[in-house]
Amino acid sequence: MTPNDRYYTKDHEWILVEGNRAKIGISDHAQDALGDIVYVELPDMDATYDAGESFAVVESVKAVSQIYTAVGGRVVEINEALNDQPELINSDCYNQFIAVFEFENLNTNELLTAEQYEAFVSEG
Amino acid sequence: MDNLKKTPLYDTHVALGGKIVDFGGWALPVQYSSIIEEHKVVRNAVGLFDVSHMGEIMLTGSNSFAFLQKVVTNDITSMKPGRVRYTPVCYPNGGTVDDILIYMIAPEHYLLVVNASNTEKDYEWFCKQAFGDVALENQSADWAQLALQGPLFMEVLEKAGVEGTIPTKNYTFKEHVLVAGVDCLVSATGYTGELGVELYCAAKDAPKLHEALMEAGREYGILPCGLGARDSLRFEAAMPLYGHEITADITPVEADLMFAIKLGKEDFIGIEALKEPRKRIRIGLKLLDKGILREHYEVFVGDKQVGFTTSGMPVPTLEGSHAMALVDVDAADSEEFTVVIRNRKLRAVRTPLPFYKRG
Repeated sequence: MTPNDRYYTKDHEWILVEGNRAKIGISDHAQDALGDIVYVELPDMDATYDAGESFAVVESVKAVSQIYTAVGGRVVEINEALNDQPELINSDCYNQFIAVFEFENLNTNELLTAEQYEAFVSEG
Repeated sequence: MDNLKKTPLYDTHVALGGKIVDFGGWALPVQYSSIIEEHKVVRNAVGLFDVSHMGEIMLTGSNSFAFLQKVVTNDITSMKPGRVRYTPVCYPNGGTVDDILIYMIAPEHYLLVVNASNTEKDYEWFCKQAFGDVALENQSADWAQLALQGPLFMEVLEKAGVEGTIPTKNYTFKEHVLVAGVDCLVSATGYTGELGVELYCAAKDAPKLHEALMEAGREYGILPCGLGARDSLRFEAAMPLYGHEITADITPVEADLMFAIKLGKEDFIGIEALKEPRKRIRIGLKLLDKGILREHYEVFVGDKQVGFTTSGMPVPTLEGSHAMALVDVDAADSEEFTVVIRNRKLRAVRTPLPFYKRG
């Protein structure tokens, strides 16, 4: 099931907003499409990104996939467990964030609800 | 996906949950369960691949032997009926047309098995080079090919039922062996670095043969395997893949396939170019830093680019990340290399090929 406590993007990331912080991870559709995830290149702490920029890379056996942030801001937390166990994203994608961003402004116009995201995925 | 070519096993792949991708114009499964699981099952038990997309070209006529001696780099003089030989095929400039298997059916009668994406190109190349009494027929659509690979392959064949003899010596084959009641050409070959056979049958018989082998293999833990595991297994065994280690711009000498190039042979297309000292050579690299080597990454020694990676991917049997690379001969023995991954320079060292050898 797609959790309805968060937003989604058409690039298959999820964004969970808590106050002025946004946790970002990838959706079940994304992890399934990638297959066995074997490496995650995490961003540096305190690095800043504009909305739409690539901030991480997820590599599966077959593919290299850039991960984008829909939220501009500063990286305040990274999921270091993914350094040694990148496969956690396969087994528990909605609890395994990649990074947490602190933001000043959040523009949700381009973001999808769980329902809208499911419809987007099923359209193929 | 509708405009893609399908093998006779397309419906089987879909029914087994295969993740279908466009592979050079063919709709084929990249994986069913997981590339890592499928890779491991071939190393430890047995796996079944559909390789029906491979091309089959039948060669007959009283000049077949002389024709082959002219177009391939290996020497087939010592071949007997029932033998298989691997060989590159070259352009006059030494660049590689393809790498193929030659099956000697009878004197002046050979089956040539070629890479799927090269089938038409090879057929046209062979027709262009043909002389005298030589007949070439592209029979690819008539044949299916299943690869049963892994240490328990013989148990699965016996369980499925065999009438005839399964060849056990590497690079030999038997025609008209019944496997699960299906008329097969059984070949002791493979592209995984593991023991196994490749089974050629009529296209229409493929679903029946596939089903029977999956059923027979159940108690041995057989898995259907996709192109992902096929690639990672051949990579670990350092077997070249056309378009990567060998191309129209990379000679088989550069790819270090000397065992299949007979420069002492009187003449063959490309011999003069291949006799020249090579400027580049294929080597193995192992990454010292954290990261994953992939194809087409630039390779440096110090500030000088010395080559590029030709294949790289994570493989479950190996610690750390590995790649095959084509580098300048002068740089091949350098103590340390750097590989550029997304603008980061990571350290690597040369490591012997193959990465994996069956124990």
